[in-house]
This record gives sequence, C-alpha cells and structure tokens, in this order.
Amino acid sequence: MDIAQLALQALVSGMLIGGVYGLVTIGLTLVFGVIKVVNFAQCSFMMIGMYITFWCFKLFDINPYLSLLVSIPILFMLGYLVEHFLINHILDAIHQAQLLLTFGVLLIIENGANFLWGTRSRTVEVALSKAVLHLGPINVPVLRLIAFAFAFILAISLFLFLKKTDVGKAIRAASDDRSSAELMGINVRRIYSIAFGIGCACAGAAGSLIIPFFHATPYIGDVFLLTIFVVVVLGGLGSFFGALAGGIIIGIAESFGVTFIPGGTTGHIIPFIIFILVILLKPSGLFGAKGL
Amino acid sequence: MIELTKLFYSTKSRIFLILLILGMIGPIFLSEYLIHILIIILLYGYLGQCWNILGGYAGQFSFGHAAFFGVGGYFSTYMYVKFQLSPWIGLFLGAILAMALGLFIGYLSFRYGLKGFFFALLTMACSETLRILAQNWMLGKSAGILIPLQGSDPLNFQFDKKIFYYYVVLAMMIFISLVAHKIEHSPLGHKFKSIREDEEAAETIGINTMKYKIIAIGISSFTTALGGTFYAQYILFIDPHIAFGTNVTVEMILRPILGGYGTVLGPLIGSVILTPISELPKYILPYAMGIDQIVYGVIIIITIMFMPNGILGLFERLQKRVLTY
Repeated sequence: MDIAQLALQALVSGMLIGGVYGLVTIGLTLVFGVIKVVNFAQCSFMMIGMYITFWCFKLFDINPYLSLLVSIPILFMLGYLVEHFLINHILDAIHQAQLLLTFGVLLIIENGANFLWGTRSRTVEVALSKAVLHLGPINVPVLRLIAFAFAFILAISLFLFLKKTDVGKAIRAASDDRSSAELMGINVRRIYSIAFGIGCACAGAAGSLIIPFFHATPYIGDVFLLTIFVVVVLGGLGSFFGALAGGIIIGIAESFGVTFIPGGTTGHIIPFIIFILVILLKPSGLFGAKGL
Repeated sequence: MIELTKLFYSTKSRIFLILLILGMIGPIFLSEYLIHILIIILLYGYLGQCWNILGGYAGQFSFGHAAFFGVGGYFSTYMYVKFQLSPWIGLFLGAILAMALGLFIGYLSFRYGLKGFFFALLTMACSETLRILAQNWMLGKSAGILIPLQGSDPLNFQFDKKIFYYYVVLAMMIFISLVAHKIEHSPLGHKFKSIREDEEAAETIGINTMKYKIIAIGISSFTTALGGTFYAQYILFIDPHIAFGTNVTVEMILRPILGGYGTVLGPLIGSVILTPISELPKYILPYAMGIDQIVYGVIIIITIMFMPNGILGLFERLQKRVLTY
C-alpha cells in the first residue's frame, strides 16, 4: 500500500465512524442548546444502547438494526426520567453542579452495568460481519457503512422533527428564550425532559448501530467521552449540523493519527490537540453556535 | 456574647489540639490495615484540599488534576529508577515541573478567558493526553514502573513500617490545611473568593483576575504533585492509569464537594466519609467490584441536590436555624 492509498483508506474509515460520533454529539448538543447542561453521561447511555441490542439479539434473536425500535424508546424514557427527577431540580444551580450531577449518573450507570453484566466484552455477530465492499483500492466494511447511513438518516429525521412538528417547535422555542416560551403557554419543564430524552435516545441509537463492529464493555463510554466532547466543542456547543460536521472531522483526524503516527495508541492524541487549539483560538466552534 | 464566641473558639482550638495529639500517638496502637486506611484518608484529604485551592476558593473547576498528580509521581519515580536521584529531591523537582505545567495551562486558558465547562474540558484533555503519552512513550509504557524495594531506606523515601508513611502524610495534611487557612484569612483569599463569586465584578473593582487565577493554579498544581510522589513511593509502583486516570481527578474533586468546597476542613471531612466507603468493599466484597463507585455516584447526586455547600454548609444552615430560635 502506498501513502496515497493509506490516506484514502484512513479518510473513508474516519468518515464512517465520524457519522456515529456525530449522532451521539447531536444528542449532547441538543441537550446543551435547550437546557444549558452538558451531559457527562451521554456515552454511558450509548453503552446501554449497545447492551440492549446485544441482549435483544442474544435472548430473542432480534436483528441489531431492528432493535433500534427497542433501544430508542427505552433510552428516551430513561433520559426523560433522569431529567425529570434529577436535573430539573437544579436548573438554577451553578454549571459545575450540573456537570457533577451528570457525572454521578455516569458512575451509577457504568458501575451498575459492570455489576449486572461483568466486564466481559460482548458483540453481535451478524451475517454481514466480515463483508467488505471493494471500491477500487480501498476497502469499506459494510457494517460501518450501514451504521453511517443509519446515523445520517436518524440525524436528518431528528432535524425534520425539530423543524416541522409542534413538539419540535416548542423545543426550539424553549432553547431560544425560556421565559417567552413559558409565556406562550409551553410547559418548559416538560419540554426539557423531552429534549433530554431525545438526547439520550440519540446516544442509544448510536450504541445499537455500532455494536456489530464494536465490543461492548461497561466502561466503553469512557473511551468515547472525551472524543464526543471534542466533537461538540469543534462543531460549536448547541449547533446541530456543527455536531455532524465536527464528528466527521474528528473521525478523520483520529483515523489519520492512528494510521500515520508511530507508537501504539499515540495517534489518539490528535483529536485532543485539535481540541486544545480550537478551545483556545475559537471557543465558539468552527461553525459558530447559532442555536438549533 | 463576645465572651461566648471567645470560649467557643478556644474550645475549638482545644479540640483541634486533642485531635492532633490523638492523630500523632493513636496510630501506634493500630493494625497495619487501619493505618493504611488512615493514610489513604489523609492523602485524599490532602489532594482534595489541593484541588480546593483552585476549584473551591478561586472557583476554577479543574477536571484534570490527575495531570499534576501524575507528573509528580512519574518524575520522581523516573529519576529514582534511572538516575538513583532520591525521591525526596525528585519530590520537589517534580512539583516544580508540575507547577510549570499548571502555570502553562493556566496562562493559556485564562488568557483566552476560558471558564466553567470549557476550563474543565481543557484540563481533562490535558490529563488524558499525558495518559496516552505515558502509555506509549514513558519508561515502562502501559505496564508502569516498579520501584525497587529496599526495605527500610528513609533517605530514598522507603520505610518498612506503614506508620512512617502515615507521619509523612499527616505532616502534608497539616501543611496544606495551614496553607488553606492562611489563604482564607488573607487578602489573597478574599480576591480568590471575589473571582469565584463574580469575575466581572472583581475585574471592575480593580482585581487583576488573570494574575490571581494563575497564582491559584500554581499553588494547586505544586502541592498536588507532592501527593503524586508520596503515592508512588507508598505503593512503590506507578502506571499511566494510576497516575493520570480520570478516577484520580474524581477522587480529588469529590472530597471537597462532599465536605464543603472553599473551606479548610471540608476536604478532610469529605475524605473521612468517602475513603472507608471506597476502601472497605475491596476487602469485604472483593467480587462485587464497582459497588463503591455506585455509592459514590449516589453520594454525588444527593450532595448536589440537597446540600450544595457540602456537609459544612449543612451544619452552618442548621446552626443558623438553632441560633435564630
């Protein structure tokens, strides 16, 4: 393989995983845009999505992609309840308090999963597991392509939901101006719970999409957590398409780092370096945070 | 009334004196395991206070203090293993190195006006970057460095009895409490507090907020690194996860949050409560790993929701309620 071919391969695989990063980050950015809370537990919700799909497959032999219909509603309910019972009560506290609260949720979820299912890594084997698409000189694993496509479709449908439906409009109104939205008769606290639920559902969906090629462990979220934060800062906190674009950029950067930088996992620091530069030079993100 | 408060304060100082003497003599009669628990309580109380100087007093919420802890631990260990430099010297050199890192991070982020979530993220990214670098480039890589066992070798920071480590960490705890006490009752502390409460207002009345935030991170990173060296010498081992792992930061933050952040006693009180919770299940329920972390999560949520100023804040509220009757 020559350098150009390697680079092309890195570009494609980075872009594919970037789409999934984007989906998780859209959930995070939606929650931030509406409630102004950064959810540390976002990737733990993704982990739950992975386990739901795994158990659906293991116990009932449900196709991983069909199990999206299970994981999305469950994660939505879970997120709704977490917001309703916990975050809703400390909306006026300092930001650090909310950050720590979601961190407490993360500790409970991850270690609860460890307690229930142990640290053994689990994955789902489907018929297409080893299938690879040969596009000229580069190889595209089919499962990753499917995950990318699903992530993209889900992101678009969420966007349409926010633009077209009444609930979506109410969410955007609450994000723009909380008190005006309240004056218009919107139950903002309920909207907050719904928005948080949707955020978690995005994470859960991403979990279901990646388990066919990613091993699930209770602490898998920690691996993703900082990457997702990098994506959200790069795209601009609160920006919908920034999250998607940021996800793809970081996916590609990470993929290039791992391919071209020697020394084990050193390549993983590339996103962090990008992050440190972005946060210092343009903290509003590359695309600016214009709201949802 | 004035005499009453005077009496109150003198009894307070008497209680402290008694506790101090008890703390110095008591452990002689305890088993090695209990001394171990005491050491961990004091170490995390110490680290909690180090974090508290930046996060509690000055209000800059760092989520990456493991970076300083790890730099201290790795530097002294590396110099000892490679060049036989005594960890007592490595202790201070490592702390200076960590302070340089802290000043650098502080300068960069405060220069660009980072605060809140963004400052937390930046510090977290720094400690994660260091962890990955240590995993791939540092001596020992992800397997870590084993410090050769010498038995009793006080000159090289190795003792055959745990009690000596206990006295070292007790001295560190007393030292950091004095520093925190001094800060709290000095103009410096008032400036920290005004930055924490309202940075723009502080700026308006002529406080150079940049300068004081950098002073805070300097003190905090220097002292945190001392704890890193102590821990490495205590367990005679260091690896990237022990040094730079996120859980190190979490342990540090939780103590002041639970005890009461921005106070002298908060971190120690938090440590007295939290440390046994995290240490005991390891011996009682070795197969149920993670239970302590679940309890941690529950404690965080309860603290944030019901006592935002920690246990000391709760006491203060109760005291006020009693006094108004």
